[in-house]
Amino acid sequence: MLQNDVLSLIRSKALWIRRRSFQMVYEAQQGHPGGDFSAADILATLYFGVLRYDPKRPNDPTRDRFVMSKGHCTGAFYSVLAAAGYFPEADLKSYMEPLSKLNGHPNRNYLPGIETNTGPLGHGLPVATGIAIAGQIDGNDSRTFVLTGDGELQEGSNWEAALTAGHRKLENLTLIIDRNRLQQGARTEDTASLDPLDDKWRAFGWHVEMVDGHDYAQLLGLLSASPKGRGKPLCVIANTFKGKGVSFMHDNVAWHHGVPNKEQFEQAMAELV
Amino acid sequence: MSAAAPAKSGFFDCRDSFAATIEALAEADPRIVTVVSDSVGSSKLNGFRTKFPDRMVNVGIAEQTLVAVGAGLANGGKVPFVSAASCFITGRALEQVKADIAYSNVNVKLIGQSSGVAYGELGPTHHSIEDLAWLRLFNNLTLIVPADPWQTEQAVRAAAAMDGPVFVRVSRMPVPALERSNPVFEIGKAEILAEGDDAAIIANGTMVHRAIAAAKALAGEGIGVRVINMATVNPLDEAAILAAADTGAIVTVEEHSVRGGLGGAVAEVVTAHEPVPMRIMGFPGFVPTGSAEWLMEHFGLTAAGIADAVRQTVARKR
Repeated sequence: MLQNDVLSLIRSKALWIRRRSFQMVYEAQQGHPGGDFSAADILATLYFGVLRYDPKRPNDPTRDRFVMSKGHCTGAFYSVLAAAGYFPEADLKSYMEPLSKLNGHPNRNYLPGIETNTGPLGHGLPVATGIAIAGQIDGNDSRTFVLTGDGELQEGSNWEAALTAGHRKLENLTLIIDRNRLQQGARTEDTASLDPLDDKWRAFGWHVEMVDGHDYAQLLGLLSASPKGRGKPLCVIANTFKGKGVSFMHDNVAWHHGVPNKEQFEQAMAELV
Repeated sequence: MSAAAPAKSGFFDCRDSFAATIEALAEADPRIVTVVSDSVGSSKLNGFRTKFPDRMVNVGIAEQTLVAVGAGLANGGKVPFVSAASCFITGRALEQVKADIAYSNVNVKLIGQSSGVAYGELGPTHHSIEDLAWLRLFNNLTLIVPADPWQTEQAVRAAAAMDGPVFVRVSRMPVPALERSNPVFEIGKAEILAEGDDAAIIANGTMVHRAIAAAKALAGEGIGVRVINMATVNPLDEAAILAAADTGAIVTVEEHSVRGGLGGAVAEVVTAHEPVPMRIMGFPGFVPTGSAEWLMEHFGLTAAGIADAVRQTVARKR
C-alpha cells in the first residue's frame, strides 16, 4: 500500500475507534474515555501500519506482540482488536456486561489478541521485556511493542524492567508512552513529576524519540522503521491529549473515567466525523 | 535418582536436586530457560549458567520484573523456571504472580528457594512462612512442597511436563531421603508413608521426616498413625484427606504459619464434610530470630512435639 493510503486507513480507523469506544462507554456507563482518546491514534497506527499479525492465528510464534499496559483503556483496545479482525465487532456490545468476555480490564484467556492480563499499572513493560528476551534468545525478527500511560511510570516496576531492557540492549522492544500529562486525579507534573522524562530513559540505556502522538505520519515513520542495528530498546514519548478529538473532553482530567450523558454523547459523535 | 550430593552423610540439600534436574531437563528441551534475580548461587544454578549461558536471564535484584519476565518468556514459547528466595519471589512480587502468572494462566514455573525458616537467623523479613497462604488464593496455581531430593526431582519434572503455572517450594534444610516401597509421584496425589487407623498426620516438606519419627514413637504406645505426605497443596488430594478424617483425628504439620497454609487447606476440606478433631501445627506468625533448628524446637515442631499433639488430638476423638 502506498504511504498516503496507509495514512488514510489509519486516520479512518482512529476515528472509528474513537466513535466506537465512546459508544461502548456510553452504553456501559463505565470506562476510561479520556485515555481511550489519547491512545486511539497510536493504536490505529500500530494495528494498521506497523504490527505483523494474523487474527486467524493469534498465537503464531512469529507474530509481533503488542502489550496494552494501560489496561483500563479497554474501550480503545477492544475496538482496535475488533477492527483488526480478532473478534466480531458485534461482540463490543457486551462491554462490561455480566459474563462478558470484554472485562473492564483485558483477559487473554477470554479474547484472542491479548498477550497478557493487565489492569494494575506497571505490568506491561516488564512482561514485554520478557517477550523481547525470548525473541533475542531465538534470534528471530519478531518485535514487541508496549503502550503505557505516563502516570503509570510512577510504578517502580517499570524502572526495574527499564534497567534489564537497557542492559540487554533489546532493540526488538519498543515502549510507547502515552504522554497526556494527566493521571486519574491531577496533572502528572503536579503529582509525582516525570520530567525530564526523555533524559530518564536515556540514562537507562534507551534510545528516545519524542513525537506528536496524534500525528500519524510521525508515528508511522518511527514505529515502522527497522530496529536492526539500533542496539538499544526504543522509547517513544508520544505527546498526546487526554480526550483528544472532542472539545469538551480535551485535556480535561474529569474525563479520565468520566461517562457521558445523552447530550454529551451526541455532541461528541457530532464532533467525531 | 537425582545427582544431588549429600550435604552430610545421608542428608541432602533439595536445591541440589532442583539444580541437577533442571540441567538434565534443559539438555533435552531447548525451550527451558532459567530466570534469576542475582540468585544464581543461592539457586545452585552455577552449573546451569556454565552449560547454558544464553538460556539464563538474570534481571538483577528486581523481583517484580523477575516474575513478569518469566511471563513474557512463556509468551515467547519458552518454559521458564523462575528461581529466587521464596520470601521475595512471592511477597515482593505477589501482584505479578497474581496478574502476570496465575490470572494470565501462563506456562511459568516459579521456584521458591530456601523456604520456611531456613534463613532463621536473618529474621522474619527473610522467613518464608506466609508464601503458601498467599499463593493458595490463586486457584489455578499448582503448589508443590517436596519433602526430599527424589520428590524435588519429580516435582520439577512434573512441573516442566505440565502446561500451566506451578510453584515449587524448595528447602535448603538438609533432609534425608524418604524410604519408599513404591515410589510414585503425581501432582495432586498424596503419598501414604505409614499406615494407621487411630489418627493421621498430614505433613509436607521438611516436616514429613519428623512426622514419620513421631508415628514410630506412637506405634510403640499402640497408637497407629497414618502419615500422609501432602506434597501438592493445590490441587489438594481431597480423597486422602477424607480418608484421614475417617481415623477420627488429624494433625497437620508444616514449616509455615498456622494461618492459611497446609493446615488451613486441610481444615477447609474436613469442615466441608464431617468435622473431626484437628490440630494445625506450624509457626504462630512472626517468630523470633534463631536458627531453623532452634525455631522448630522452640515451637514444638519436633518428633516429640508432633507425638504430643497426636496424643492430645486422639484424646479429643468423639
